[in-house]
Amino acid sequence: MARFTPQNEALARDIVGRYPRAKSATIPLCHLAQEQDGYLSDDAMVHVSELVGITPAEVMGTASFYEMFKLHPVGTYVVNVCTNISCQLVGGEELLAHASTTLGVGPGGTTTDGMFTLEDVECIAACTEAPACQVNYRYFHQITNDQFDELVADLRSGSRSDIPKHGTLGTTRQELGADLIANITPPEEQSEPVWIRRHRELSDAASANAAPPSGGSTS
Amino acid sequence: MSDVPQIVSSRWDEPTGHTLDGYRNTGSYTGYAALQRALSMSPDELSAEVKGATVLGRGGAGFPAGVKWGFCPPGVWPRYLVVNGDESEPGTYKDRILMERDPHQLIEGCLIAAYAIGCAQVFLYVRGEMAHAQERIATALNEAYAANLVGKNILGTDFSVDIVLHWGAGAYIVGEETALIESLEGNRGMPRLKPPFFPAAKGLYMKPTIVNNVETLANLPWLVLNGIEAYTAIGSEASPGTRLVAVSGHVKQPGVFEIPQGTTTYRELFYDDRYGGGIRDDNELKMFIPGGASAPWFFPEQVDLALEAKIVSAAGSMLGSGAIVVMDDTTDAVKACLRVVRFFARESCGKCTPCREGTSWEEKILQRIMDGHGRPSDIDALLDVADNISPGPYPVASHPDAGLDAIAFPPRQTTICPLGPSSVAPITSAIRRFRHEFEAKITKRDLISVTAETVSSHDHSTAGAH
Repeated sequence: MARFTPQNEALARDIVGRYPRAKSATIPLCHLAQEQDGYLSDDAMVHVSELVGITPAEVMGTASFYEMFKLHPVGTYVVNVCTNISCQLVGGEELLAHASTTLGVGPGGTTTDGMFTLEDVECIAACTEAPACQVNYRYFHQITNDQFDELVADLRSGSRSDIPKHGTLGTTRQELGADLIANITPPEEQSEPVWIRRHRELSDAASANAAPPSGGSTS
Repeated sequence: MSDVPQIVSSRWDEPTGHTLDGYRNTGSYTGYAALQRALSMSPDELSAEVKGATVLGRGGAGFPAGVKWGFCPPGVWPRYLVVNGDESEPGTYKDRILMERDPHQLIEGCLIAAYAIGCAQVFLYVRGEMAHAQERIATALNEAYAANLVGKNILGTDFSVDIVLHWGAGAYIVGEETALIESLEGNRGMPRLKPPFFPAAKGLYMKPTIVNNVETLANLPWLVLNGIEAYTAIGSEASPGTRLVAVSGHVKQPGVFEIPQGTTTYRELFYDDRYGGGIRDDNELKMFIPGGASAPWFFPEQVDLALEAKIVSAAGSMLGSGAIVVMDDTTDAVKACLRVVRFFARESCGKCTPCREGTSWEEKILQRIMDGHGRPSDIDALLDVADNISPGPYPVASHPDAGLDAIAFPPRQTTICPLGPSSVAPITSAIRRFRHEFEAKITKRDLISVTAETVSSHDHSTAGAH
């Protein structure tokens, strides 16, 4: 797939501007690319590397470390079933087996129509709501087999507009354009914050006043 | 739960608790009033307040936040504040609720900490898989910037700070603070060697950096408004205030509860109607994980211990991240052990050999025991691999029936970070207590007697065929 669209490139530059060093934007920009294409393509990684000033290999080096970045196309809906301890104790593995039957693919597999990818994932922080799963990182708590099948049917029929396509993270973004940023510059250009200096000078002055004058008053 | 003070959970049931209006008008205190009060104090006075109240870190290690702040070398600028919202320790479910349901409380906590420490930039690192938390925090930050609560010259003062929402991409190890810093710099999330340098001295971009957990910072607004005395009146002397615990697994009412720190016992959490409400189907308790997957297991003998760091660590485990997983007597100890070990094997970052190789060997051996292909030497092999990751006696609970004492926390490690050693916790805990369950799964094969005579006669009889 592709490099960033002009609109996404503008957003990418805005995101780079939020960090003291551009390289820190690598992961957010990989997310943006994945949101655009549904996965993280080679062309996108080259574009990310240009925007953050590192090599394409370094972008891939970072991206390949993280579970969420898919370097190959995946389903429109990625279904993550948790089987970690809290979920396992109350039926997480049974839910995964059921999901596998319903979707007709094993963990790691994608349905032939490209709609679903099934994953067996580690703890998703819904431990008291087990068994739990996520579809494109949207939570489903204490889900039964029937509810799971219903969800899959709804997704197939397109009636779950609340679940965006794979790659979309938050549907609301932080708005932090250059006009709003108070003080983001490279670390070398930073100095003691104003309010810290003010209080330090106040306390220096106070202790200078409190201390006896040097040389003493032994006249 | 009217008798339980609500420091951080007071807006969870408020439908508007996540909005700026809701934060100001609902809950156990008035939102952003603490910021006003903090700005009228000097940064040193504010730090002293946090230190005086002994606000223990809620991420896992339990180190006092005020003391940590004091480790920044004087006169070195800039200082960064990084918020650890990468909650992913199995069993842990508290920071996600705090971020989803009360994001302004966290933002106000960040502002108070940034003002006290002297940080002009805050990075709020939220776990990648938590899309809803990111949406709520993004909305809250947009509101807060528009209301001049974050950004330039906050509320007309000379205090200016940016809070940047940053999101991870799926890696448990990034919850370790130096790995989180690496990730925030755009690298693979592999922990840094420490000592010599801790993040407070050399962290993000090798500048002084304070990494605090979401829940730790969420405590600050209430503390600043109510003062040290009110804060330390709750909980125990060594562990004041409240703490969020997630009770999951085989209890009737799993849930996330705000409890007084240091005084509540595990028995209350499991059986009291305000909390767990009893073991599922009134079964017997077999074992429980007292502080996240990294914590050595506890058993019925430990159920009357209070959730107090010193008590729990002397008893052989840790409070960790407040994740309590309850297992009843229908639980297969080997299966549970394998599941927790498999987690560490999958999440090992691969930097240190004992962990990278050791955790996958532990998984392989446990898997073949589960599959019925275990070998008689496998239990010793498991303990041997474990000993290469964490040498010497590993922390474990006492086993009074067998006359075995507890071994106190923490474990030793041959690795940079505690991930590898954590994989040993379920192994030593389960084998010490349930060795018979492992043995029952390992097929005892009859030895086939082979002598020199039968071998040579066999050779002889087939020799003619050539």
